Amino acid sequence: MRSRRFKTIHAGETHVFVGLAELLACASPRRSGDELAGIAAESDTRRVAARMALADLPLKCFLEDVVIPYDTDEVTRLIVDCHDEAAFAPVAAMTVGEFREWLLSDAADGPALARLAAGLTPEMVAAVSKLCRNGDLVAIAAKARVVTAFRSTIGLPGRLAARLQPNHPTDDPAAIAAATLDGLLFGMGDAVIGVNPATDNVESCVALLRMLDDIRTRFDIPTQSCVLAHVTTSIAAIEKGAPLDLVFQSIAGTEAANAGFGVTLSILKEAEDAALTLKRGTVGSNVMYFETGQGAALSADAHHGVDQQTVEARAHAVARAFQPLLVNTVVGFIGPEYLYDAKEITRAGLEDHFCGKLLGVPMGVDVCYTNHAEADQDDMDVLALLLANAGVNFLIAVPGADDIMLNYQSLSHHDVVRLRHLLGLKPAPEFEAWLARQGLLDASGRLPALPPDPATARRLLAIGGAA
Amino acid sequence: MNDTADIWEKLRRLTRARIGLGRAGDGLPTRALLEFQMAHAAARDAVHGTADFDRIAADLAPREVIRLASAAPDRATYLRRPDLGRRLADGETEKLPAGPFDVVFVVADGLSAAAVDANAAATLEATARRLAGLTIGPVVLARQARVALGDVVGAAMNASVVAVLIGERPGLTAADGLGVYLTFRPVPGRKDSERNCLSNIHAHGMSPEEAGHKAAWLIREALRLKLTGVDLKEAAPRFAVEADEAARIG
Repeated sequence: MRSRRFKTIHAGETHVFVGLAELLACASPRRSGDELAGIAAESDTRRVAARMALADLPLKCFLEDVVIPYDTDEVTRLIVDCHDEAAFAPVAAMTVGEFREWLLSDAADGPALARLAAGLTPEMVAAVSKLCRNGDLVAIAAKARVVTAFRSTIGLPGRLAARLQPNHPTDDPAAIAAATLDGLLFGMGDAVIGVNPATDNVESCVALLRMLDDIRTRFDIPTQSCVLAHVTTSIAAIEKGAPLDLVFQSIAGTEAANAGFGVTLSILKEAEDAALTLKRGTVGSNVMYFETGQGAALSADAHHGVDQQTVEARAHAVARAFQPLLVNTVVGFIGPEYLYDAKEITRAGLEDHFCGKLLGVPMGVDVCYTNHAEADQDDMDVLALLLANAGVNFLIAVPGADDIMLNYQSLSHHDVVRLRHLLGLKPAPEFEAWLARQGLLDASGRLPALPPDPATARRLLAIGGAA
Repeated sequence: MNDTADIWEKLRRLTRARIGLGRAGDGLPTRALLEFQMAHAAARDAVHGTADFDRIAADLAPREVIRLASAAPDRATYLRRPDLGRRLADGETEKLPAGPFDVVFVVADGLSAAAVDANAAATLEATARRLAGLTIGPVVLARQARVALGDVVGAAMNASVVAVLIGERPGLTAADGLGVYLTFRPVPGRKDSERNCLSNIHAHGMSPEEAGHKAAWLIREALRLKLTGVDLKEAAPRFAVEADEAARIG
């Protein structure tokens, strides 16, 4: 098929863009990953010229043309085959520029956005995000609610959940229990208590699942646990009878990039079906947990010339096909070759959250950076504040912001407490009630000043035999 | 108050995680804040260090070593251009013998010179000692290198398995973590899912001896099953058991 050509004439200069992928890539805000891929706009004027052409493009063009061929990519097939024409109808006559203005209008309220989600493709939401300033991304996303549930309910208005991430470099059970205790005392863990295992092996995955489940059941905590092993390890753990709540997998926006992760859509479906058979959820049955992040496809040389932000939105389309409880971008984890500095990380975090929410994905964010990127904790404060205002479903928190296993920095337990207090956001309702029963919320619903009542700490200290 | 302090002191002995930091309102106490900033500063300094390959070559003697440079000319380019770190600089391939070898080790600086300096030689020897009967090629020391550079080296040397020992990106509590990436029949273009990885090899994580135990088990399994990656699950006998047996024998 011959690629479509797009043209902008500005100040006597003609900018031509060949194909949707080139138009989208050139319209994307500057970032190191697109430059590494050799697909970024060569100048700032060409970048804005691309946005001008994109603004005039009818949204329905994204249904007539694709960025990666249907025949060669199962993610494209998923996107095309699942598209809901009826849901799309309200915006079917709009250009991308008009769509941005409609999203900012009062007509685009929560229910309208929820009805629209199945009618949107990832390329549409990626396109409109490229026309949005950071403030637009916050304001629009704040209107889009995606609510999911397992033992707690995530994504309700006025709530901010947190994943407690008690990782340890050797998966030491007592050390993981100690970090879990620290998080629980700060009210973390309503999204999930999720451990990244140091070694992906079935035996240690099962052992960690048993330990986390033991903590949860002993204290009757209304939350879910997860060991973030490869999906095939989780399937094997289920077969061995492990108490598995959520199946985790890293996913990307192309078939080839998913192959790099060792997954296909059919393996993900198999895992979802296996986890559903366990019927472990109490208030809901969303059993999948996905992580995404810009740059994953390029790092596997599987981006097909598509810019990293558009590929990321396609990963969200993969996620929504499996009714996940939780999805988060690990935005700053990938490193400076994809997102060079805090400006790029901040922008990407807002884009990922925005695109996920418009597509109907229960989006959270790991507000994070690595030590070889030009970013620090000041920058994370800013991104976390923006996301909390944008209604992010959950954030990731580790003790003191320092993940001693994955060697990067996220938010600390303190940071999430600060956001909750500053903005009046509460934990997930079931978890909030549990915290109140433990004496970890005062009458006004705030976390009481530390140190907590030693009796509470001692009781929780019994966790996992750590005492 | 004292009770709580005692509890945290006890728990902190279990982990290097920043637990029990206390609170200043919803912020960090000043001392914890500054300790974090100092650790971050140290990690940033570590990223830009230079691995001491002279010393590593001396530690590995009498093993033959071959020094190579990737196509990334300096650290700044290396950080933004991982593609260059996966390729050899012009002319470097000619330094490599054609093999074949069962196993080739590549020591790569990666993102932490400190990791390579502290743990590469010990991990390599702990692995090689457990590979009796296999042919091991000269050790390649590669500068400004990424994991996939091992595919280029392994292919040129006709290696059945390439083991890349590489500096992981530094964290705050460990700036010297080493990773080992094992790839069966390395050729350029191998996917990450076709590798097995051992990570967090440092003084407070997995010891070089334990890493050597697991790596050697994985290498023998890779040669037996003719694959690495997600279909090869690490299931080495527990290292502690072996140590107990060694103690009994001793």
